[in-house]
Amino acid sequence: MKAVSTADPSAAEAASGPAGSTTSGSLELRNITVRYGRGRNASTAVDDVSLDVPAGSVVGLVGGSGSGKSTLGRAAVGLVSIDSGQVLVDGVDQGRKPGRRPIQLVFQDPFASLNPRLTIGGSVAEALPRADRATRATEVARYLDLVGIDPGVSTRLPHALSGGQRQRVALARALAARPAVLVADEVTSALDVSVQGAVLNLIRDLQRELGFAMLFISHNLAVVRYLADRIAVMDRGVLVECGPAAQVLENPEHDYTRALLSGVPTIGEPLPERAAVEPATEAETEATAR
Amino acid sequence: MSTAAIGGRVIDFRLGPWASFLVRRTGRLLVSLAALITAAFAMIHFVPGDPVRGALGLNATPEAVAARKEQLGLDESLISQYRHFLSGLFHGDLGESITARVPVSQMIGDRLPATMEIAIYAFVLVMLVAVPLGMAMAVWTRNGRRRRGELAFASSTGAIVAIPEFLLAVGLASVFGVSLGWFPVALREGPDSYVLPVLALAVTPIAALSRIVRVEALRVFETDYMRTARAKRLPGRLVYLRHALPNLLTSSLTLGGLLLSGLLAGTVLIENVFAWPGLGMTIVQAILQKDYPLVQGIVLVYGATALTINFMVDLAVAAADPQSTIRGS
Amino acid sequence: MSQTPRLRLALRTPLGIAAAAASTIIVLTAIFGPMLLGDTADRIDTDAIGRHSGTEHLFGTDALGRDIAARVVVATRLTLELTLFATLIAVVGGLVLGVLPAVLGRRAGRLITATVNLLVAFPGLLFVLFLAVIFGVGTFSAAFAIGLGAAPSTARLVQNLTASIAGTDYVAAARILGVNRFRIIVRHILPNIAEPVALFVSTTAAGILVAFSGLSFLGLGVQPPDYDWGRLLNEQLDRVMVDPMSAVGPGAAIVLTGITFGLIGEVVAKANAGRTAPQPEIATAETSAMTPAEESASGLLHIDHLQVRFPGHTAVHDVCLTVDEGEAVGIVGESGSGKSLTALAAAGLVPHPGRVSSRTMRFGDRDLNKQAPKGTSMAMVFQDPMASLNPALTVGRQLAEVAEVHHNAGRAAAVSRAVSRLGAVGIINPELRVRKRPHEFSGGMRQRVMIAMGLMGEPRLIIADEPTTALDVTVQAQVLALLRDVRTESGAALLLISHDIAVVSQVCDRVVVMYAGRIVEELPVGDLADGVAHPYSAALIGAVPSMTTDRDTPLATIPGRPPEPGEQSVGCPFAPRCARATDRCRTEEPVLEQIRPGRRVACWDPITTATHELEEAR
Repeated sequence: MKAVSTADPSAAEAASGPAGSTTSGSLELRNITVRYGRGRNASTAVDDVSLDVPAGSVVGLVGGSGSGKSTLGRAAVGLVSIDSGQVLVDGVDQGRKPGRRPIQLVFQDPFASLNPRLTIGGSVAEALPRADRATRATEVARYLDLVGIDPGVSTRLPHALSGGQRQRVALARALAARPAVLVADEVTSALDVSVQGAVLNLIRDLQRELGFAMLFISHNLAVVRYLADRIAVMDRGVLVECGPAAQVLENPEHDYTRALLSGVPTIGEPLPERAAVEPATEAETEATAR
Repeated sequence: MSTAAIGGRVIDFRLGPWASFLVRRTGRLLVSLAALITAAFAMIHFVPGDPVRGALGLNATPEAVAARKEQLGLDESLISQYRHFLSGLFHGDLGESITARVPVSQMIGDRLPATMEIAIYAFVLVMLVAVPLGMAMAVWTRNGRRRRGELAFASSTGAIVAIPEFLLAVGLASVFGVSLGWFPVALREGPDSYVLPVLALAVTPIAALSRIVRVEALRVFETDYMRTARAKRLPGRLVYLRHALPNLLTSSLTLGGLLLSGLLAGTVLIENVFAWPGLGMTIVQAILQKDYPLVQGIVLVYGATALTINFMVDLAVAAADPQSTIRGS
Repeated sequence: MSQTPRLRLALRTPLGIAAAAASTIIVLTAIFGPMLLGDTADRIDTDAIGRHSGTEHLFGTDALGRDIAARVVVATRLTLELTLFATLIAVVGGLVLGVLPAVLGRRAGRLITATVNLLVAFPGLLFVLFLAVIFGVGTFSAAFAIGLGAAPSTARLVQNLTASIAGTDYVAAARILGVNRFRIIVRHILPNIAEPVALFVSTTAAGILVAFSGLSFLGLGVQPPDYDWGRLLNEQLDRVMVDPMSAVGPGAAIVLTGITFGLIGEVVAKANAGRTAPQPEIATAETSAMTPAEESASGLLHIDHLQVRFPGHTAVHDVCLTVDEGEAVGIVGESGSGKSLTALAAAGLVPHPGRVSSRTMRFGDRDLNKQAPKGTSMAMVFQDPMASLNPALTVGRQLAEVAEVHHNAGRAAAVSRAVSRLGAVGIINPELRVRKRPHEFSGGMRQRVMIAMGLMGEPRLIIADEPTTALDVTVQAQVLALLRDVRTESGAALLLISHDIAVVSQVCDRVVVMYAGRIVEELPVGDLADGVAHPYSAALIGAVPSMTTDRDTPLATIPGRPPEPGEQSVGCPFAPRCARATDRCRTEEPVLEQIRPGRRVACWDPITTATHELEEAR
């Protein structure tokens, strides 16, 4: 099951076009299982999950905390080692080893995902393929421009930027690696409400413009609905439902999906009827809750 | 790792979290002890030159040296020496002191109580004074109140911490022993003679621990659950004693354990100032006289005591704060 | 980067000056001392053996008649050299052992970590004595032993710091980008651990100085004819009890040098913390843009012109808020809008150093400016239920004490009330669960426990500060429904704080929108459907997609970002981000005015129903 040497990403990029263009690819997650801990404390975070993100499409992945959705995203980029299963990009097995892959991840917390001691330009430049130094500055400037950040700030440290701006920089860094697939892990949940819209618009526009495939992970069904072509639902490590967005939203098959749908607060919509008794599902998960 | 599925439910025969924590922690203690014993054994072989000649002096005849080596078993192979060393340990035989020609175990048996006494008295004193003092200072100076009191406390404890224990001991001896003549300054004779060594051992840790307890207490005061306690309009006594104190105990215990093994080390210096007939005096003499079997024995005793203290502290902390300790490591 | 100027700033403080002066003196003494006084210190004077201190010999003379004061000065160099040498060994050893686990594979890394943990368990002095035996008694070997003895604790610190940095998202990002381990350590880890390590090193240096002096004092360190301060003390040990002055010189030298090392550490730490230097308090001009206090007499909770100030900024500006008996009011706003502080001020729980002032603050018949709210009449539910429950106490204890304190209930009665309240909030098997600690409950259950705690008395107002933000969507609905049910049953009023206007609209009767510490709009929930009047409220609703948002149109965006605390604004605080802003908005702050019964808005150009219709028609 050893990886047949993945196409060297930097070699692939050498042939790529101007900044911002990405080689669109597809992501296939096959029978992924991730376990944490050993012995008694072992728990299965992701249990035999298979999920396809076709080239150029957006798949939304929703679930509660502890559903394993973020773990699956991290497993896709190689941050979490998988116990079994395969991660394929354009049909090529990415193997189990960490290292550069044609998949990039944008993290939830923009305050934690940028090195406070590294300039903004330095962070973005780290993502660039090893090109010569001359074009490096202009490349950085182009990517910053792409996400709506004044390239003049590239010599500043991250603390000079607001949360929304940092998330844009993080997006620029991910795109600068020219990924075929982008994983967005709760990218708006750490942001202030008033800047969430702008970041979502940006992601939507860039995806349509550059055409990369995207796995968009969020606990917020409304946000996922806004961006995704297909929606996958995870609950306690298991993929319970996956299908075209409209179908999942209108005719949910699984109880958990229905619970998620009814839980989304909507202005003017009344709350579910009496809910004063402890739901059985929660009582069960209690033991595993941290 | 034995599990069985009965009626679709997985039944778990494995150890509970407490038991597995105990097993892991005991395992670590045993590994550490093994490392300590091996290190103590290896010590003699690391010593540059010939330990026996070093101890007997340059004038000793080669025959005397050889006889002594045979007597000590130093002429055998390393492995059989190690085997002898281990079996000796199990029988409480730590060899014989080169200079005093008395069994090491006997010397340690004579001297250990003196050391343990002052260490334990000092530890009890530290915990009795430092925790309430730190807590009281925290309540008194919370929310930036009484800036001057805070400054006075911080600078006085800071100054005490900066003074090395042996200097403090010398100072205490010359003030309370020589100038005022209140307490004896040397030897272990009568309850009075304990006062200065115990004080000298305890003062620095009291200052250090009460500073830390204060900072920890202030941190606890800012937690959300303390806000909840205040939101319940509980009287201050309950807020601080019931809600804050238990959460302070974990960190105080951890630090207290570190202090106790630190106190053990402190005895080495203090005993030499007060001519206290304990292990600390003995080990320094032994090192200077190159009495390696004696050094070896005392290092073993000190090390094993420190490891046992750490072990017990970890258990106590786990008992006080089960979820973070047991699930954590 | 910004380290140097901050260090320079820190050096200008009294502490910094003291540290710089003291270290300069010590270094100069170490360099020139032996040159100037070397001969005096070694001169044996048989006529002046064991002299007491006096004008001729400041600290007296030793057993060979040598001047102790001169010897203390001369010993500075050797003491300092040995201390720095041992510190260097400790730092290099600690860094190597500390960083290696991150470089090597998992197994080798674990082995090193375990070894370091093993070494740390032994008292430092014992370790040093052990090494002193191996290396033999002598100056160099003592320095080596002390350095090695301090290495494990340094290594442990470096390991912990490295592990915490290695777990950050930015290191994860670098790993995904394929940055190699060495570069990750050099670019991402070392720069971020440098400051705490530097701080630790300065304390370690002080400890090493003391340890070395102790070793020399025992006769196991520096050997004659060389001498350091500890050795000088050792030589005076026999007479120190009768002639304490003879020990004062070397003793003071050790203490003062140790304090200097500590000072250097403090200055480094101050330079690091200096990022948020306390700003001078800005005198806020008392804006007497007074709104007529119309409904001043009515209401369960009445707050008039509430201000919450922190050093350097005002977090809540002139907030006027009324909650009627049994009413549910929601406050909506972003982080920093002052919504939580408004609620905390009402409960008297604003954290230090916040200062609360108000014209009126009344709860029931109590003036909150003078008294705390009565007993259990005001219940609080906070955002993070795990952090808000005391981890050391059982849930039952935390509930029962409310009844014990406020209703003089006996322990048994209090516990049985706790059981009944836990049952009332839908917790199964309450009689068993009262004996559990909070960590044995799930997030939603903990929040139910918090609500049950509020129900131990007879609350007239429940203040819930983001009660569902930390919970999953499915659980959120349950907890909101519980709050609604509790309110219906107990008749208590509810003040619900949330960033999510949809959440508020589901539970509350009235919505209050806050921005930059001010109320910008207030309207009945029923009016939300007709459209809001303040451009900020409109943007707040439009910036987040709902289940009915059109997927093909971009979301409403608000340019810019919310004002930082302490940022001064002239005119409407929202004007810089507002598309409708006029010159008046930028110069004159709008007043919260009633535009219709039950509706208030602070805007010079509010969105009217006509504008909404116009936009819809487009």
